[in-house]
Amino acid sequence: MFDFLKPPVLSFQEYLALAGRATQNVVRRPFYGQDVLLQMDTIGVGSIPITILIGFFSGAVMALQMSRALAQYGASGEVGKITAITLVRELGPVLTALLVAGRNASGIASELGSMKVTEQIDAMRALGTDPIKKLVTPRLIALCIMLPLLTVLADFIGLFGGYMVGVPLLRLTTGAQYWMSSYQSLEFNDLGQGLLKPFVFAYIIASVGCFFGMRTTGGTQGVGRATTQAVVVASVWIFVIDIVMTRIFLWIAT
Amino acid sequence: MADECILRFENVSMHFDGDDAPALDRVSFNLMAGETIVLFGAAGAGKTVLLKLAVGLLRPVSGRILLFGRDVTELREQEWYAMRARAGILFQEGGLFDSMTIEENVSYPMLNQKLVEIAPEEVHRRVEEVLQFVGLPQTMDKFPSELSGGMRRRVGIARATVTHPKLLMYDSPTAGLDPITANRIIALLIKERELRNTASMIVTHRFQDGHMLATFRYNPQTDKVLEASPEQREKLHTRFFVMKDGRLVFEGTEEELDKSTDPYISKFTMQRV
Repeated sequence: MFDFLKPPVLSFQEYLALAGRATQNVVRRPFYGQDVLLQMDTIGVGSIPITILIGFFSGAVMALQMSRALAQYGASGEVGKITAITLVRELGPVLTALLVAGRNASGIASELGSMKVTEQIDAMRALGTDPIKKLVTPRLIALCIMLPLLTVLADFIGLFGGYMVGVPLLRLTTGAQYWMSSYQSLEFNDLGQGLLKPFVFAYIIASVGCFFGMRTTGGTQGVGRATTQAVVVASVWIFVIDIVMTRIFLWIAT
Repeated sequence: MADECILRFENVSMHFDGDDAPALDRVSFNLMAGETIVLFGAAGAGKTVLLKLAVGLLRPVSGRILLFGRDVTELREQEWYAMRARAGILFQEGGLFDSMTIEENVSYPMLNQKLVEIAPEEVHRRVEEVLQFVGLPQTMDKFPSELSGGMRRRVGIARATVTHPKLLMYDSPTAGLDPITANRIIALLIKERELRNTASMIVTHRFQDGHMLATFRYNPQTDKVLEASPEQREKLHTRFFVMKDGRLVFEGTEEELDKSTDPYISKFTMQRV
């Protein structure tokens, strides 16, 4: 009767096994430091330009939208506060994670998928290397380090975008007040979720991308399918985990 | 030939989920040190599955596999990494890492296998030596995509043999290659087999490959592969296997294979030119 549930449950079980082994390998020898650095460069440094772009425009549009709503209450001066809270708590982590998921979950899945269908993963195993240790763990570590840093960058650039709209463009407030209210509005709880969320999202993006890459079958068409699935599944899980974490942090704050 | 059994299959069966028929059906054989097995079979007969089972890339559903005298049937993946250091395998498509140079590809087993301890300064020299052996000394800095199919196959052989394993398995080393390149590759396998007395298992569709392995030997004085005399042929210890639908349907010498009247088996000898 519930046979239709078997494939997704089995897939989830396989995902947990892969993610578990990749996580265990973080503290197990041998360590592939060079591979971690290479992935940090590819995934992290490579994502900086697009992070700056998205961060700036999300901050700017947030300030633009808020300007009208705040003006109704005569609170235009609070634009820095609203932009900072929204960016640090939600928009920064989620938008950066979605961006990195689109760029890197697909990249990871297609790279590992191509290696799988051309027998390179089997060759790696046959040559005495654990592909999870050599391929999955370095990507997991690299993303978990780089995504929080990219999020901090996106937050700051977003605040700058909000400043550009709120101060020189719409003259809602003064520069000093904008930065002061932004700074004062943020609490440790906000910073906590602003940094913890990207860490968890990074884990999801790397593990989901690697999972779909490592189970690729069916030649180049299979690689395309794995890539699409990796981006869709990682994006959905980012939203699901986001609401769960937000609820937890709100509960802690009260 | 030494009496040491390198690889032993005892009633090994393999079944993939979703398939009606088994991929391998109660297969048993021994591969002794210094011996060569030539494995024929139609596509999907189970040849690649057999090779992958031998090095633990797949796990059998029943039966027992002994590698270098050790029961490896239930070996954990982590334990396999040490075992695989003693066996080299050439994959059907070469299995070269396309983002690495030829030097990095060939040095990979020396730098990544736990049991292989080679000084870093020695690695480069060994890569040069083995690429010289396969006739590709000028390809060190190239990427696999810059080489022809035959050259990639030769690099695959170089990578499989660089750590001097006692067991070598080649999955269709000549598939899709012109006869000149194919003969050159088989000559390399003969050279490797005789210089290091390795046990070899070669999956092929070409009868000529098997014939060459059974009747040619390497002459170190002239560095050439020459036809062996009838007395020398006996020392080459080459046996022929034929697989059909996951089963081993023939096991014997080239002469016995030639004499077989089975319509399926004789299809492989009919390719003789």
